[in-house]
Amino acid sequence: MSNATTTPPAGRNLGQAKQMVLAFASLIAMIAFFSAMRPDSFMATDNFMAILQSTAVIGVMAIAVTFVIITSGIDLAVGVLMTFTAVMAGVFMTNWGWPMIVGVPATLLMGALVGMVNGLIITRLKVAPFIATLGMMMLLKGASLLITEARPIYFSDVDGFDKISLGSFVETVLPFLPIPNGALIFFIVAVLASIVLNKTALGRYTFALGSNEEAVRLSGVNVNRWKVIVYTLCGGICGISGLLVASRLNSAQPALGQGYELDAIAAVVIGGTSLAGGTGTILGTVIGAFIMSVLINGLRIMSVAQEWQMVLTGLIIIVAVYTDNLRRDT
Amino acid sequence: MSASNLLIEARGICKSFPGVKALDNVRFELRAGEVHALMGENGAGKSTMMKILSGVYTKDAGEVLLDGQPVEVTGPAHAQSLGIGIIHQELHLMPHLSAAQNVFIGREPRKALGWFLDEDQLNRDAQALFDRIRLDVAPTTRIGSLTVARQQMVEIAKALSHQSRVLIMDEPTAALNDREIEELFRIVRQLKSEGVGIVYISHKMDEIQRISDRITVMRDGCTVGTVPAATPMADVIAMMVGRRLESSEKRIPDTSGHDVLMAVKNLHRGKLVRDVSFSVRKGEILGFAGLMGAGRTEVMRAIFGADPLESGEVHVHGKPVKIRQPVDAVAAGIGYLSEDRKNFGLATGMSVEANVTLPSLSRYLKWGSVLNRTASETTATEMVDKLKVKTPSIHQLSRLLSGGNQQKVVIAKWLVRDCDILIFDEPTRGIDVGAKSEIYKLLNDLAAQGRAIIVISSELPEVLLLSHRILVMCEGRITGEVHGSVATQENLMALATRRDTMAAAA
Repeated sequence: MSNATTTPPAGRNLGQAKQMVLAFASLIAMIAFFSAMRPDSFMATDNFMAILQSTAVIGVMAIAVTFVIITSGIDLAVGVLMTFTAVMAGVFMTNWGWPMIVGVPATLLMGALVGMVNGLIITRLKVAPFIATLGMMMLLKGASLLITEARPIYFSDVDGFDKISLGSFVETVLPFLPIPNGALIFFIVAVLASIVLNKTALGRYTFALGSNEEAVRLSGVNVNRWKVIVYTLCGGICGISGLLVASRLNSAQPALGQGYELDAIAAVVIGGTSLAGGTGTILGTVIGAFIMSVLINGLRIMSVAQEWQMVLTGLIIIVAVYTDNLRRDT
Repeated sequence: MSASNLLIEARGICKSFPGVKALDNVRFELRAGEVHALMGENGAGKSTMMKILSGVYTKDAGEVLLDGQPVEVTGPAHAQSLGIGIIHQELHLMPHLSAAQNVFIGREPRKALGWFLDEDQLNRDAQALFDRIRLDVAPTTRIGSLTVARQQMVEIAKALSHQSRVLIMDEPTAALNDREIEELFRIVRQLKSEGVGIVYISHKMDEIQRISDRITVMRDGCTVGTVPAATPMADVIAMMVGRRLESSEKRIPDTSGHDVLMAVKNLHRGKLVRDVSFSVRKGEILGFAGLMGAGRTEVMRAIFGADPLESGEVHVHGKPVKIRQPVDAVAAGIGYLSEDRKNFGLATGMSVEANVTLPSLSRYLKWGSVLNRTASETTATEMVDKLKVKTPSIHQLSRLLSGGNQQKVVIAKWLVRDCDILIFDEPTRGIDVGAKSEIYKLLNDLAAQGRAIIVISSELPEVLLLSHRILVMCEGRITGEVHGSVATQENLMALATRRDTMAAAA
């Protein structure tokens, strides 16, 4: 009776698939709603590109934190780390005059380094991820302001830096499709992240850690090492979002970034990744990031006051997590 | 199997934890192709000893010889590479991963320069392994969707995949039904014939006599001795408890005329609480027997409001009460003592005093808000004296007490709250033998004072010793009721394994 041995393999993550379909349906519904309300402005090509641009920054950050959340950890520093890496890009390329070919990898390494420090604090000093990354968030915010003396660093002298986000490689190949590079990079990051998560050992241990860390440890896996790698990867991907935001603004704005981590975490959760760990998908996170940015964009176009935008975003996050709980209970 | 064919020889093993000497000069040996049972009361040190052999703990002193060569086991991975596998009492699996992924965690086959995992190879290897022990599970099945028994078989497969020559099984049948136990024994016999040495930890005497070759008994962290499995069980028990247990001379008071304190009718919740009805009288100790996962804890949690009921009624003192949350249950005079004291029963970081008065805090307030420490301390002192809690002071942090004394603190807290109905879930789990009998006496006293006591225990001797009346559950239903005077392990086990179809026919 209850001893049926095998459930269909397709049942692997039925609940998660359901949440993703639900999220995707809400995204379509949202787009349909805003299009109907403001057919001229919302559906305009320019606006679409703007949505792609803003999704790229939050989306890349959300992909970074998806890895951490699947291990049942959390990274609150991602928002400010984006800013910090943008500032460091400014230091490398504007202040020190490094060429992009050196400055860009150096920026990504900087992000990875911070992520690694997070990982080491969590595994070696045994500080809970919430606290470790909260501390790192405050530290980085202060560091960004100190380094820049609270003034933006401009990239006007760095030739082609703005093209990282604003240019359109796709358009040069397909002239009718002016997809900005920022969005292209976002999709490439998403595809690579998805491969890492599903096809590599790192991905396997990411899920395993979130599912039952003690079991992984007792299986003789070096749990601490893999955790540090996950946080390092998260930091490195945040570096990409730092480059995207700096390129889009053609400047590093030291005061930006705080609160972005919450948007990113919200996108991850809306996309069906459980804060309890063990489950999650990159596709879900991508959809979640689009939901967040379409919502913010649409409300702005409908001239909803910013205060009300916040109220509505907050409500949507709560509803999304509530529906997630419902599916878990059944 | 020559007697000299020793796989493992451990001598003079010592291990201390803060405040406890867990192992003191333990010796243990294992031959190739034997099933060696390790027995002893809870807390005797069996699991600690095995965790040392499998690298989970490191020993403080002593030596371990593997094939006659001294080895220092440095960690679980090292133990595995030496061919020592362990199946822990609590299953250590990753529920979100597939069976194959669980088996090969940390050793995934790779392809394409080692950058990518080779899932096809992984599944083929797992299938071969499952075939070897004739386990009918698809490698791609998610572990979380398997029954506990199947999960355990996957754990065995995992241990075998390391070419284990030593397999340690810590209470492997605790959650299995009769048929599943047969399945497990089939695998154990097969491994034995292949020359694997198996350490078998269990409390179940009949199983040990059936499956094992030799028995080593431990008590209070020491080895008492090693005897052939054919040794009469009474002698083995005597070794375990350090004396011969006096044959039960319990007197069962006649409570049939007493008031019914609590009656529950047609409770339903999920698969593990199905149409459960029973009542308990003043002064009565009602035992709940059954295998792990039979639904006993779930019934109690539902009554207590920890998990919401789907349907059914609870009557206290003849009046229906609506219990939605534990608060409602406590208000009705029901106290629940969880099997997991550390997580649910005690605020372990708080003092004995704070714990004792925690549920009744409103009575220890001045001006409705400020703690009245004097009154609280007086009560705590009274309870500590009354229940003979061994603690240096009422200000001692409760986590520093022994298991038995922690349990007394939990009992004290519900007594202070004036609960008439006390539900004990595994009241002596993790408590040493001496403290056990004190807890038993305490339960008897509480019943004699007119409270209604419900006891859930997975140890049949405990249920038999304590209960005036015993209800047996299987798969969420009550499959039978036995009066304490006629209950035996045999008739309780028969009811505990009575499946749906038979229950319907009865």
